[in-house]
Amino acid sequence: MTDIRRKPIRPGSLVKNVIIWLTSAIMLIPLLLIVFTAFKGPDDARGMSFSLPASWHFGNFAEVIDKGNLGAGFLNSLLYSSLGSVLTVLLASMAAYVFSRRRSRGNRFLYMFIVMGLVLPINFVALTKVMQTFELNDTRAGIILLYTAIQLPFIVFLCYGFVGRIPRELDEAAVIDGCGPIRLFFSIIFPLMRPVLITSLVLCFLNMWNEFILPLYFLGSADKWPMTLAVYGFFGRYETQWNLIAADVLLTSLPVVIMYFMAQRYIVGGQTEGAVKG
Amino acid sequence: MNKKKIYPWYFVVAPLLLYVALFVLPSLIGVGYSFTDWSSYSDKISFVGWENFADVFSPKRDYLAAILNTLWFTVASTVIKTVLALLFAVLLSKGVRALNLHRAILYLPAVLSVLIVGIVFTSILDPSIGLMNEALRAVGLEGLAQRWLVDPDLAMWSVIGVDVWRGMGYIMAILLVGILSISPTYNEAAELDGASAWQRFRHVTLPLLRPTLAVVIVLNVLYGLKVFDIVYVLTNGGPGHRTEVLYTAVFQEFSSGRYAEGAALSTVMLVIMSMVGVFMIRTLTRNEVQE
Repeated sequence: MTDIRRKPIRPGSLVKNVIIWLTSAIMLIPLLLIVFTAFKGPDDARGMSFSLPASWHFGNFAEVIDKGNLGAGFLNSLLYSSLGSVLTVLLASMAAYVFSRRRSRGNRFLYMFIVMGLVLPINFVALTKVMQTFELNDTRAGIILLYTAIQLPFIVFLCYGFVGRIPRELDEAAVIDGCGPIRLFFSIIFPLMRPVLITSLVLCFLNMWNEFILPLYFLGSADKWPMTLAVYGFFGRYETQWNLIAADVLLTSLPVVIMYFMAQRYIVGGQTEGAVKG
Repeated sequence: MNKKKIYPWYFVVAPLLLYVALFVLPSLIGVGYSFTDWSSYSDKISFVGWENFADVFSPKRDYLAAILNTLWFTVASTVIKTVLALLFAVLLSKGVRALNLHRAILYLPAVLSVLIVGIVFTSILDPSIGLMNEALRAVGLEGLAQRWLVDPDLAMWSVIGVDVWRGMGYIMAILLVGILSISPTYNEAAELDGASAWQRFRHVTLPLLRPTLAVVIVLNVLYGLKVFDIVYVLTNGGPGHRTEVLYTAVFQEFSSGRYAEGAALSTVMLVIMSMVGVFMIRTLTRNEVQE
């Protein structure tokens, strides 16, 4: 291998690097477009063009926060995504643990039954009826429970694969030492599930933060809208002011982008662990 | 040891109830509604038998086209994403400068809300002032400038293109983990025996990657059959019904107040998805079932 390293540039490797850099550039252009446009003045931003702003307008952000009511939107998004993902991960990990440890015929069926949720489409009109019946329509609790129900199948699937690789001998030892079922799970198994729990938390949070169809249908009052719906409303009202739309889009995406870069290794590695290595 | 005591049933009750109440129950009620004449035009709901299903498959409605569009979207996006993702996973497995940076950038679009992807690409693909056509004109390729989302023959391809931009990195990340978990000794042995890079890919990497590829294809197919939001934000099924997929067609029915027809179409989708789904889920969970 050493002789390869000594040659400065091989033509194959050059081609490879050029392809990769070009692709990365193509992936980034739409994102840079948002960033550039977000700082432009109103005359500069009839459409979104790929050029640096003629002058930098930081006031755009203050304007959209005020007009789009982004402060409240941010708090709503934060509330729904964090409570929703904690609830999902807690419920899913407990269920996956029991399904994986006690593989009776009934449990196997229930596991498949829940995982089928990865496949099933949501019937929105019937769901509206159900939400109304449970008095969950247009309530914060309702949207959190709905997010949780929808994310459960995937997270149960992820956790199930992981629990299978935690040795059962641990459970036996703990039970012999007099551990009850709740303590066994929360003080022994739960901490060992840390990697998959973090992956699940991050993925749930991202999905819930980005959701816009569910709140559109199940949150009627604007004061309960998450950030994405604020963008949606803003896009409708200020259709030609791309600098404001871009500023709004940038502020809404920033939290998830920051979270992505902080948790990158959990997102990419953790998701596949359950599915690929089994 | 008493397994029933150590792994208690009440751990499962809350998630199961929530899932049944807000996921399964609406689907079942929806099936019920598809045999009625429920609509926003009258308060009375009565049983009409299979009428809505006859309607769904009758030629006066475009639903068959929506089913075909869904299948076309699924096949095209699965093939394009998987092939590109495989290419970049191999390229990004080693020997490139700033490897982690590129991996992060390729995955990044998947982190954004589909709503935002929709807004940005509505602007980029705008025929007169969009970046896409401006760029083509700037490099002298005016002939290639198109009415991307408006041209009936092109709209579906544009939607698929945006979807590939958004989802390719996610698939690449999964394949990358698969490739990196293949022990390098296989490739080194093949190299010593004089195998070319292509031969090594074809006869070493690809066969060992088969389980990961299966997972990736399952995820893509499930996503494609259920595709909704990317179409909704880019074209909402238009122009005409050229990008109408099952899920957007259901939404059209619901939002125009024809609840029963929408429910019937939704039931058709449910049946298709359950049949495909059982097979797909089995592939996805095969590793664990073997234990």
